[in-house]
Amino acid sequence: MGCEITPSSKFDRKNYFYPDLPKNYQISQYDIPLCQNGQVSFEFEGELRTVALRRIHLEEDAGKSIHAEVTGDPTRSFMDFNRAGVPLLEIVSEPELHSPEEAIAYCRAVKEILEYIEVSDCNMEEGSLRCEPNLSLRPKGSKELGTRTEIKNKNSFQELIDAMEYEVKRQARILDAGEEVVQETLLFDASTGKTVAMRGKEEADDYRYFPEPDLVHVQISDEWIEESQPTLPELPAARRKRFISDYDISPDNAEFLTNTRPLAEFFDEAARLSGEPTTCANWIMGDLTRLLNTAEIEIQDAKVTPAHLNELIQLIGDATISGKIAKSVLDDAFETGKMPKQIVSEKGLAQITDTSEIETIVLQVVEENPGPAQDYRDGTKKAIGFLVGQVMRATRGKANPQLVNEILTRVLSTD
Amino acid sequence: MAAHAASELWQLSAAEASRLLADREISSVELTDACLERIAAVDDRISAYITVTADLARQQATDADRRIAGVPMQIKDLLCTNGIATTCASRMLAEYIPVYDATAVARLREHGAVLLGKGNMDEFGMGSSTENSAFFPTRNPWDTGRVPGGSSGGSAAAVSAGAAPFALGTDTGGSIRQPASFCGVTGLKPTYGRVSRYGLVAYASSLDQVGPIARDAADCALILQSIAGHDSRDATSLPDAVPDYSAALTGDISGLRLGVPSEYFAEGMDAGVRAAVTAAIDQLAALGAEIREVSLPTTQYALACYYIIAPSECSANLARYDGVKYGYSHQGDGDMWEAMERTRQHGFGPEVKRRIMLGAFALSSGYYDAYYHKAQQVRTLIRQDFAHVFEEVDALAAPVSPVVAFPIGERTDDPVRMYLVDVYTLPVNMAGLPAMSVPCGFSNGLPVGLQLIGPHLSEDRLLNIAHTYQQATEWHRERPGI
Repeated sequence: MGCEITPSSKFDRKNYFYPDLPKNYQISQYDIPLCQNGQVSFEFEGELRTVALRRIHLEEDAGKSIHAEVTGDPTRSFMDFNRAGVPLLEIVSEPELHSPEEAIAYCRAVKEILEYIEVSDCNMEEGSLRCEPNLSLRPKGSKELGTRTEIKNKNSFQELIDAMEYEVKRQARILDAGEEVVQETLLFDASTGKTVAMRGKEEADDYRYFPEPDLVHVQISDEWIEESQPTLPELPAARRKRFISDYDISPDNAEFLTNTRPLAEFFDEAARLSGEPTTCANWIMGDLTRLLNTAEIEIQDAKVTPAHLNELIQLIGDATISGKIAKSVLDDAFETGKMPKQIVSEKGLAQITDTSEIETIVLQVVEENPGPAQDYRDGTKKAIGFLVGQVMRATRGKANPQLVNEILTRVLSTD
Repeated sequence: MAAHAASELWQLSAAEASRLLADREISSVELTDACLERIAAVDDRISAYITVTADLARQQATDADRRIAGVPMQIKDLLCTNGIATTCASRMLAEYIPVYDATAVARLREHGAVLLGKGNMDEFGMGSSTENSAFFPTRNPWDTGRVPGGSSGGSAAAVSAGAAPFALGTDTGGSIRQPASFCGVTGLKPTYGRVSRYGLVAYASSLDQVGPIARDAADCALILQSIAGHDSRDATSLPDAVPDYSAALTGDISGLRLGVPSEYFAEGMDAGVRAAVTAAIDQLAALGAEIREVSLPTTQYALACYYIIAPSECSANLARYDGVKYGYSHQGDGDMWEAMERTRQHGFGPEVKRRIMLGAFALSSGYYDAYYHKAQQVRTLIRQDFAHVFEEVDALAAPVSPVVAFPIGERTDDPVRMYLVDVYTLPVNMAGLPAMSVPCGFSNGLPVGLQLIGPHLSEDRLLNIAHTYQQATEWHRERPGI
């Protein structure tokens, strides 16, 4: 994200009382965070937007409060400390996002980067990714930011959008009435679609920050940064660009193919091996995705590899099998992991390309179906379709359809 | 060697006991039984123990008789002991039973030390007399109407009265050295980071250290050897290798440059203390040390500096006691916040509350720069003062405290008067340096301690100075008549 890495950063204690906080202070970083500045770019409404980052820091997670909405018991709440103490990476942007939709686009961009560098599972339902918007309104044209509120507790991007949209309306109502927005932390209640007050936020509470005496400074040397740079994978945006320019893939397809890092890498490798990126793209986006969805697995867990796809494409290319047969070969490969060539030979799926063999069958079919044959000769050209179908049936689909067509046409025309 | 009567076994030093055990002259069971009998005989008068683990001790002694070390010990109740109540002498943790051992405790157990029980102390380590214990004060074995010092008063009293061959105490502002001095035993506070703080209930994280209280320097060397060294579970523990402390006890200090800081011999010091400490320094000169007058000008700021930094850290370290997670929990309140307040109101003693409030104030917005930040800057100056002085001398000799053990109740009404007892020990914690308290005489029948201060990681040097002194003197062998 293009941040400045602080060579020596420290931890601080953020002091406040709450039952889900084991020590009643949270280890965080106050004034000397791990990273400063930086930016994240993403596409939004057809434009490239760049949002500046203020900082990235490490802090520990608190426990989780379980209240009446979950337990149904209004007389007590439970504290789950399982995740307390787990380190969190907090990425703070500058207040430069202008709508809930734009905020979502930003979040998705950040999520994509984090997934790509395999830093997190980024699963909002499980809590490994949390997006906490700080939202304020101000009169059009005003340079000063309004009082902000922070919204917690959204378990999906949809809830995030709902929460922000509700909060915008809520604040607008307050401001229109001539009143002031209270700076506070709000919880989003998905069942009512409303935000509810939780506790007074940063400027309201005095956190009495002071340097954490139980932890030493974190030293990050220039050498370490230099060593790490080349190990970073190509980020999604750059990869999409490359796919479009090098492989001549459409932007929409590039988007699909870079949806996850394993998918992008699969496509990249298959395209490289086969030299036919468009064909690979079609197979991946079509049949392979269908198979993955039905089996409910991700591409990295599939038995099919880029090598499989490459071989399949070769077999079609040299007319060993038809496109239609190839689909069933892929299904088989997906099930068994066997290479396409092996499947074709084991199941005897190779196309029949011997013209005399085809001609024999064609003549037989024409003889057995005088009606359609006559229809064709009389001018109903599409009657050939039926005859082609009969030939394919007779050969159990293995005749090369193109040759069948050619031979049939010739045979029907000469009679 | 002559057979030892059970009545004498509790008088053995740790090293002597270890030798006899190794030679199979005595068994750990015999030694442990003797200690338990001794505890029964004297503890109703000195109250050095909060919890006596008699059954466990006998069981461990039986185990130990199969190994070399089997020396029984007391552990200050501020250190976590697995399965055994760790109260920190507070109502807040009166029924708290940890599920793990502190590293220092675990290491001693691995070496076969036997746990006699947990030592009384000032609540959460805050105090200079052990009068701040929520349960009962400990009494000085030399005069049971007087304090044993604090906060490791129970530990020093136990060792002094023979109710433990050695103990583990802790020192944040003098809490090992000062009670050792008041009770006439030997104590050592290691360099900050030398001994792991894992499992030590935190009071002031940047000052706390665990250390031995025993009958002499040789014992302290033995104990320090077991507990010192890096611990990956304490990020502030030092990676430096641990030397052979016992091997460092050469008994030779010729050529040692010993500094005597003038600021530590101020007006108002007890005359008997001054006389005993001066005599001890003369004795060290006679043993070959070269005495030099030095100056530590920042000494006068150490008290104020400490009483901002320590309370600040403690206000955060003690925030966890809110009745929600563990420990004392007040019941029957209107809401959660009220319950937390009542828990802390009833669970903490007055001195603890005083320091929490001081600390919260010093850290609060608007005051942080003037107090906490300033104090940290002064702390750097104190550290530099010592570093300067250690360019000219190898160690410092000074009193531990300007007074000897005072009567119980004499200073409890005036906190600042109580704080003044530690003026000479506090600066050492601020600088993170190692220091010892060595018995060096008496004033009006009460023990006086000589303080030895060394540069970073010079425990071996300090132990040797103390050991050499103890070879030539008998003060450390004196026993109270109890």
